[in-house]
Amino acid sequence: MIFSIAIYAAPYSSQASDSAYRFALALLESGNSLYRVFFYHDAIHAASSLATPQQDESHYTQNWQQLAQKYNVDLVVCIAAALKRGLLNEQEAARYEKHAANLAEGFEISGLGQLVDAAVVSDRLITFGS
Amino acid sequence: MSGVPSKKLLFISRHAPYGSSLAKDALDAILAASAYEQQLGLLFMDDGVFQLLANQNTEQIGQKNFSAILPVLPLYEINSIYVHYESLIKRQITINELVLDSVQIIDSKAVCSLLAQQDQLLSF
Repeated sequence: MIFSIAIYAAPYSSQASDSAYRFALALLESGNSLYRVFFYHDAIHAASSLATPQQDESHYTQNWQQLAQKYNVDLVVCIAAALKRGLLNEQEAARYEKHAANLAEGFEISGLGQLVDAAVVSDRLITFGS
Repeated sequence: MSGVPSKKLLFISRHAPYGSSLAKDALDAILAASAYEQQLGLLFMDDGVFQLLANQNTEQIGQKNFSAILPVLPLYEINSIYVHYESLIKRQITINELVLDSVQIIDSKAVCSLLAQQDQLLSF
């Protein structure tokens, strides 16, 4: 079965962020396919290359990167949600003349159409954190 | 997405208009979806029904006013708009206080069958 996941919850603030990751891992390990993870609302913070959790805490940015690399999953961050919260890739940083970009490798910034596309292409769209 | 058959997508908005941006994010999502030729519906329930109150004044909290934004929905051809009856009753909101006049008020049983008819639920 083809799944997609939408996450709204910020990492560390809410259990929903961790649940989303565990759910993604479980479905991939059981042979299902994960078409896309869409990070919206406060969930965009999971894609910051500057996230520096303590060593005894989960590192969600790295967790998602490793999962995406191993299973070839599309990690998409909503551009509108990201920009206003200060998460930019190099292209957006240049466009808005910011001094740095902080989108972690493996994540892609794109529009809400990617959420709609995920809903249309997938058999199931599972939301975490609303 | 061209060539993909049209699906029934229901957006469910369950949060109050202010205090969190989920209500606004739901609205942005359905407006974006209107460009993709899918069969869209929008259901307001739980605290989401507060979004529909007319005469909201957000001047003092620096937020965009929902009662001014919601009337654009028909312009985006989003015409299947549902409101959960019991959520209105619990919050003592009457139908003539709503900013949209073309909504369908449906009870819990009708919500169940509406949900069952959908291909995907986008919950906010």
